[in-house]
Amino acid sequence: MWQYVLKRLVLMIPTVIGAAFVIFFMLRAMPGDVCELKLGGEGAYVDEEQIELCREQLGLNDTLAVQFGDFVLGIATLDFGTSMVTGRAITYEMGLRFELSLQVAIMATIVSILISIPLGTLSAVYQNTWIDYVVRTVSIAGIAIPSFWLGILILLGLLSVSEMMTGTRWTPPLDYVPIWEDPVYNLSMLIWPAVATGYRYSAVATRMTRSSLLEVLREDYVRTARAKGLVEKIIINRHALKNALLPVVTVIGIEFAFLMGGLVVTEQVFNLNGLGNLLVQSVTSVDYSMTQGIVMVIVLVFVFTNFFVDILYAWLDPRIRYS
Amino acid sequence: MADMTTDQLEELRDRPSLFKQFTGFVRKQPLGTAGGVVVILYILMAIFAPYITGFDPTENFYQNQFVAPGAQFLMGTDEWGRDILTRVIYGSRTALFVGFTCAIVGSTVGLVLGVGSAYYGGMIDLLFQRIMDVFMAFPLIIMALAIVSMSRSLHLSPEASVYFVIIAITIPFIPRCARVVRASALAIREIPYIDAARANGFSDTRIILRHMVPNVMAPYLIMITAFVGQAILLEASLSFLGLGVQDPVPAWGLMLRNAQEFIRTEPWIAIWPGVAISLGVFGFNLFGDAVRDALDPKLRTQ
Repeated sequence: MWQYVLKRLVLMIPTVIGAAFVIFFMLRAMPGDVCELKLGGEGAYVDEEQIELCREQLGLNDTLAVQFGDFVLGIATLDFGTSMVTGRAITYEMGLRFELSLQVAIMATIVSILISIPLGTLSAVYQNTWIDYVVRTVSIAGIAIPSFWLGILILLGLLSVSEMMTGTRWTPPLDYVPIWEDPVYNLSMLIWPAVATGYRYSAVATRMTRSSLLEVLREDYVRTARAKGLVEKIIINRHALKNALLPVVTVIGIEFAFLMGGLVVTEQVFNLNGLGNLLVQSVTSVDYSMTQGIVMVIVLVFVFTNFFVDILYAWLDPRIRYS
Repeated sequence: MADMTTDQLEELRDRPSLFKQFTGFVRKQPLGTAGGVVVILYILMAIFAPYITGFDPTENFYQNQFVAPGAQFLMGTDEWGRDILTRVIYGSRTALFVGFTCAIVGSTVGLVLGVGSAYYGGMIDLLFQRIMDVFMAFPLIIMALAIVSMSRSLHLSPEASVYFVIIAITIPFIPRCARVVRASALAIREIPYIDAARANGFSDTRIILRHMVPNVMAPYLIMITAFVGQAILLEASLSFLGLGVQDPVPAWGLMLRNAQEFIRTEPWIAIWPGVAISLGVFGFNLFGDAVRDALDPKLRTQ
């Protein structure tokens, strides 16, 4: 087992360095000088000396190789330098927002589990009945409906329901407060983005639960259980689901990694000041150092989640380790 | 006819007619057929847009700002007085153009790379695999955002922005298709007829294009149909973030972005573009799933 963990860990290093290479050179491949853009905007006159000073401050006068080396070292120590626009440390800016994004991601994952496992089980137990068709349609719709539009619909619903109930329109909470300080306020702010994203990500897990349970229900030991005269409910809950959920765990884990990307859009709808929002801001304002920093953090989350999912899977199913 | 073997004749006789194949698909895949109908309707909507609606999708009519849905404007008008129905209809052109271009180009490049990598094998394949790993470490939308950020310093015109969006969505598709195609191509490479072709002295290009590519058509077509829906969603997401297609080009994601500002007072602006995206992607996904089941039952995950 330890050998497997070590092997997977070592394999991650070239992937992360490669990703750093791709993002670093991609952002520098386009024409246009960051300092000119930052100081002058479109077509304005800028003092040469100021540009030179700015380039010096941002370390743009070093060779690309030196800059890249700094970037990779920065990733290893989680220090991404300073923002080209605000001038503050990137790690500091990200730290402010990481908590919020992480909480939404965890809540969305919980929502997605709460939707997918019961629905997927229902769908498998009642295979090819109308229940199955409804569940499958709902889950395919989940992939088709963009989470930002679902978010807009939820907002519209909240607005009209609050107007009917209380006569005044609901105003969304504006500032983020950590959950341990004011849980009610915190949850009233984050539950809706979590639902909008979670529903979308439940779709794949629902289908996985269904197909995996269907497979297990055909196994001999389930037939034995039935022959013993066990009640169907016990067969499914105690015998079949336990084995069927193995691949579902993988799917949910991989989706958690994808969530970090999906939040980019949801945060925009609900006006949440999270990591995704910061990324969109940095792209809009051509803040290369900020963009590459956030993208690398997302890649790291992605790569590490995949790593943990693999390890978990190998631990749950020993056949993986030896193949 | 004379030089056909009896086996070939048998096969010809047993192969169902195109019409029979079609009715078979409709019977076995009712959901997929429904998806196919949606796909065809969307394509017709995109082609015949000017004949369906009399309005101009980009011209502003300030006297018609924020008209609620009614007899004259079925879906109402937006902040520039443009008819929303017209913009939803013309939006299908942007969505389908981006969707099909990204899916076809991305899958085709992936096809060539995947088959090539499997054919040459050894160090080339190993290196290629590692490079694909690197690209797969970026979630789709993050990669697309990073590519879009390169265009920010270029000051593109609204029309040119569409092409940059296409590039941004196509590139992350390539490794995803290459990986799937490579897996099937590896199995084909082991079949003796490839060795026979090599023994005949055929060039690598000829073996790859004539002997291997036709045998990985199933995964290739499956990837294309799966990508169209994804590309439409990605384009809508990028446009919604303000980093994709630019105004006044009609695009569903962009319409929803603009609608956000007026959601408290003019909620109808935020409904129909979302319906258009969801229904379209729903149709493409249903159709894609059915195509996958029909072409390759082994890949079924349901």
